[in-house]
Amino acid sequence: MPPVQSFSVSAAPTLTSSATDILAREPSGSRRLHDAWETPHNWLPRLCTVDHKALGIRYIVTACVFLVLGGIEAGVMRLQLARPENRLLSPEQYNQLFTMHGTTMMFLFIQPVLSGFSFYLTPLLIGARELAFPRLNSFSYFGFLLAGVFMYTSFAIGQAPDAGWFNYTPLSSQPYSTGLNIDFYTIGLLFLSIATTVGAVNLIVTILRMRAPGMSIDKMPLVLWSSLTTSFATLFAMPALTVGLLLLELERQWHFVFFAPVGGGSPFLWQHLFWVFGHPWVYIVFLPATGMLSMVIPSFCRRPMIGHHLVALATVATGLAGFGVWVHHMFATGIPQVSVNFFSAGSMIVSIPSAVQIFAWLATMWYGRVVLKTPMLFAIAFIVQFILGGISGVMTAVVPFDWQAHDTYFVVAHIHYVLAGGSLFAVFAAAYYWFPKMTGRMLSERIGRWSFWIMFAGFNLGFFPMHIAGLLGMPRRVYTYLPSLGLDTVNMLSTVGAFVFMSGTLLTLWNIMKSRKHGALAGLNPWNANTLEWAATSPPEPYNFARIPVIQGRDPLWDGLVTAGPPLDEGRQTSRTTPLDAHWETAVTLPDQNAWTLVLSLALFAACFGALLRNWWVMALCLLLVVVSLVRWMWPVHPRVLETQV
Amino acid sequence: MKTPPVTRRLRLAALTLLLAGCHAPMSVFTGAGPAGRALSQLTWVLVAASAVIFVLVTLFMLAAIARRNRGGTDPDLTVHDNRIPIVAGAIIPGVVLLALFMTSVLIERRIPGDASTPAESFTVIGHQWWWGVERDDSASGRRAMWANELHVPVGEPVDLTLLSDDVIHSFWIPQVHGKIDLIPGDTNHIRFVADRPGVYRGQCAEYCGMQHANMAFTLVVESPVAYRAWLSVQRADAKPPTDTLAALGRAQVVNGPCATCHTIRGTTAQGEIGPDLTHVGSRVTLAAGTLPNDLATMEAWVTNAPSLKPGVKMPAMPQFTGLQLRAIAAYLEGLR
Amino acid sequence: MTAATFPDTVRPPSNDADEPKKSFGWWAMACTCATEASLFAYLITANFYLDLRSPAWPPPGISRPALLKPLIMTLLLLSSSAVLVWGERGIKRGQPRQLIAGLLGTLALAAGFLALFATEYRDKLHQFRPSGSAYASIFYTTTSLHCLHVLVGMLLLTYTLVRTLRGHFTETARTGVAVTTLYWHFVGVIWLTVLTTFYLAPHFT
Ligand code: HEA
Ligand code: HEA
Ligand code: CUA
Ligand SMILES: [Cu+2]
Repeated sequence: MPPVQSFSVSAAPTLTSSATDILAREPSGSRRLHDAWETPHNWLPRLCTVDHKALGIRYIVTACVFLVLGGIEAGVMRLQLARPENRLLSPEQYNQLFTMHGTTMMFLFIQPVLSGFSFYLTPLLIGARELAFPRLNSFSYFGFLLAGVFMYTSFAIGQAPDAGWFNYTPLSSQPYSTGLNIDFYTIGLLFLSIATTVGAVNLIVTILRMRAPGMSIDKMPLVLWSSLTTSFATLFAMPALTVGLLLLELERQWHFVFFAPVGGGSPFLWQHLFWVFGHPWVYIVFLPATGMLSMVIPSFCRRPMIGHHLVALATVATGLAGFGVWVHHMFATGIPQVSVNFFSAGSMIVSIPSAVQIFAWLATMWYGRVVLKTPMLFAIAFIVQFILGGISGVMTAVVPFDWQAHDTYFVVAHIHYVLAGGSLFAVFAAAYYWFPKMTGRMLSERIGRWSFWIMFAGFNLGFFPMHIAGLLGMPRRVYTYLPSLGLDTVNMLSTVGAFVFMSGTLLTLWNIMKSRKHGALAGLNPWNANTLEWAATSPPEPYNFARIPVIQGRDPLWDGLVTAGPPLDEGRQTSRTTPLDAHWETAVTLPDQNAWTLVLSLALFAACFGALLRNWWVMALCLLLVVVSLVRWMWPVHPRVLETQV
Repeated sequence: MKTPPVTRRLRLAALTLLLAGCHAPMSVFTGAGPAGRALSQLTWVLVAASAVIFVLVTLFMLAAIARRNRGGTDPDLTVHDNRIPIVAGAIIPGVVLLALFMTSVLIERRIPGDASTPAESFTVIGHQWWWGVERDDSASGRRAMWANELHVPVGEPVDLTLLSDDVIHSFWIPQVHGKIDLIPGDTNHIRFVADRPGVYRGQCAEYCGMQHANMAFTLVVESPVAYRAWLSVQRADAKPPTDTLAALGRAQVVNGPCATCHTIRGTTAQGEIGPDLTHVGSRVTLAAGTLPNDLATMEAWVTNAPSLKPGVKMPAMPQFTGLQLRAIAAYLEGLR
Repeated sequence: MTAATFPDTVRPPSNDADEPKKSFGWWAMACTCATEASLFAYLITANFYLDLRSPAWPPPGISRPALLKPLIMTLLLLSSSAVLVWGERGIKRGQPRQLIAGLLGTLALAAGFLALFATEYRDKLHQFRPSGSAYASIFYTTTSLHCLHVLVGMLLLTYTLVRTLRGHFTETARTGVAVTTLYWHFVGVIWLTVLTTFYLAPHFT
């Protein structure tokens, strides 16, 4: 790629700044695009905005609020476990806390925060002006928010879910769980699963049909391979959970028989349904993180990614293989050896694509020149911690070892090394990397480094000892332990480390607060990065790009193989292209905000309470409202124009 | 990056092991039988292999970072080869994983022991939050039951049949065998041999509700002679009390509320909800490994069990006080 | 117009831009069908899983399902799909009347399906209640869930009918019709799997 040859750390992008200007802003004086795309300033349009940038940020912020909640829960748990036979919490309280901690982190923090980044970035990365279904996007946001609020109201009446995040039956069913605790979990997650699924559909259509003309699938940025894979995985995995929750709720409320042995049910059915969903889910909350890393690393290695195609392939392979390993969560249930070994082998095979990804990053670092800015520091910590977490995963995939490690703190260590040390660190890397694009200002490098080192030290101090606690025989989900078990030191270390880690994250929180207003101005492309979002202004104009970009290379801002296409400035227009070669098809007009998306989600919110309290009148009313708002929402404005109203 | 993360973490690991490793009765590194030892060897192998892999990969990464930061040379933009990801990412791990899988299968083979040889067999039944243990006697056809404790003869194979009465539990004594779940509507079996005499702690490993944390088990490995003596005691009915205090206690227990939940073989107390108390005095612990088994604790337990083990199905019985209470405790502790 | 300003390298050979199968809406509906299909796949797998773990399926006391009524229902649903296709062909030739007729016909047949479904439930509920056994539970859950999809489909058809009456659709702008049709065919296909699982399979074991 000749143009890149001359490129060096200091050099400006080979793409002439004039070319970027044409893409970034309307010619001075013209406001056609601006007026077409800007959200009106009154409160209702603001609230129901369809702007993917506003919604993406809203998603991220809301998810981080849930991160703080889940973090507080964890902090309190760690205080209880700091000393043996501690009396800070009652068993009920502890069980509700660890259940809500897991549920919050898995469903209300990590997945939403990652899709928040996808919703914000995807159109910018593919040179489009919106997601394919802007109103659907606002609906999935409200759905996510209200589902979370619904689950958290359970604390208000002191009946939070308390059967663990995978909620095994019969413990979670009659007669062993009589309160409303589990109903909050079931109904809340059913609501959330709707919001999540439509979000996935939105991303699939956007990525496949709205890439800038010329951005054929092999030129697509790697993070989009992650979104695409995880969105498809969501389509096929989510229903397993939906079915499980549905059956469980029927069993709890009308004494249907599914999981209770009397009458022909089986507790195994829940375990299979949950983990057929559950394992794909852990990759759904992981692959987007690796995708974002594949964006950060080339930028800070000052060279294009090595093994681009391999990484894309590995991402898809992981997503597929993720459906074939669920039984590794059930090695101790006494199911037949053959199938156990089959799934053990499967679990080992899935680690090969992960290894390929890791070594593609390492190769990029090897042949590139690493610039240790804060995003890169978080990326490096991600790699280190994910290697460890991945390997502990492979260890538990060894069946006889899992007979010892299963349901001990060894597994708790594994999940935190991959989820907190992995995905959470990737989110921090992404935050430091894209904050300038989102706000127009840089985060403070100094605070960033402090925050990083404190988090890195705190994380490993807090979670590495959990491996040892597990091997010393500490079961998970225990609200206390005896002093005679030799677990005092490791638990004290974990507690201290956890709080160091938390204070590290609080530093970044402060950094964000501070830099939003007073950070250094970022400019278009502060990191000299290679992908399209950096050709937009920071923060991007309401219309993202003044002209539809036309792409011919994989690193448009480095190889300079990008030109400015037509303005498409007749209303809210953007381009529609073919799924694989991204050939130009036509211009489509996208809808603007519509209050009925809010009404719909509120109706479903109320329906959740109706179902919880078994008030069928409320249910019926809400159903009616759902139908009405759907019709009012979808009803086209200009029926004959080729457009989507969703 | 000043201190490389590797050394940082390894140092930490060594330290914690030193501090915590000393007296850990449930450590998976201390096998007390062929299976237990096989598992602890496997654990060492895996830990070592993982450490090596982790260190190598991390070192490679640090080298990649250091490489050009020193010299300040420009990134090499001509290179586009996929050798590193393919060789180091696919081929080498593939070989390593194959080796791991083989070891795993081989060790797995060694675990169950051969089921053909005769063995001492018991049934373990999980309850919220205690363990029922049952011995069927094909000879006499009588069933003996007790709770939360099992004695086994050193060096002889033992068969356990595992059932659950309510929710899912998991039976785990790291020194002799891995975990195995007790699942309602489903039956599991394990066989193990314990060849090192001693007292071992087991613990419920599957979250089973409020007192999951306090659902422990005691395994006593002793000489065949001692074992058989213990077993014949457990099989026998309760002896009638000798002194008057115990006699008073017995009246309270057999005619009082206790009898609705508990069985004491040889008396009219035939309750089936709580543990069999026929030889409760002979057990090492009370309340499934939660409390020491002595007179004082027994009194406290009888008057207010929920305060000692919140959530326990046994109600508080404040009506028992003073003499009555001492009598009951004396009688129960006398059931040896 | 705008298309002209693109270099030929990024122009498709042909440009039938308003082909409904290329619209976002159609793709979204295809995705929805995919996820709904897996929902039923999991339900049906659950059914066979419980079947395998139980001695008799259906359990003693519950007779094998009678086939006549469900087969008539199948006929209704399949023919309704055919009628809808015919109606859609109408709008392709720019004849909203034919589409209206097609939609009304589809709705009528669907209503017939639901009516029979109701009588079927009445008989079954006399025979066994949902909470009686795992078989009963999974049977009622899956079938009623499919019934729910028929209802949603009918709402979509009505919505499309209203839009047709308002003259929203022409031979070039008929995405809404294509999307509804796709969903309706999907509902039919799901019924075939439900039929095979709960009505035919018991007769082959
Ligand atoms: C981000 C989420 C995430 C990710 C990415 C993973 C990744 C993996 N997980 Fe993990 N897992 C969870 C989240 C995740 N897991 C959660 C939440 C649970 C617990 C659920 C609960 O019980 O609450 C769990 C539980 C869990 C179990 C069940 C443990 C038990 O309950 O007994 C198992 C068992 O096989 C397992 C295996 C694996 C494997 C093999 C991988 C592999 O994908 C890892 C592959 C990566 C690597 C291997 C590292 C990189 C490779 C190299 C550096 C090359 C060299 C390495 C070798 C040659 C080995 N996981
Ligand atoms: C993305 C997933 C994710 C993340 C990020 C975390 C983060 C943390 N987790 Fe969690 N965890 C899970 C997913 C996750 N966890 C899951 C799935 C389980 C299993 C649940 C189950 O068994 O059902 C689990 C279980 C689990 C346990 C085991 C409970 C048990 O088995 O009994 C523990 C115990 O220490 C723990 C601790 C922590 C801590 C200290 C953090 C820290 O990293 C948290 C750090 C906090 C932040 C980064 C946010 C910032 C916080 C603040 C600003 C507030 C400060 C508050 C105070 C100082 C009180 N987690
Ligand atoms: Cu029994 Cu946990
Ligand atoms: Cu898994």
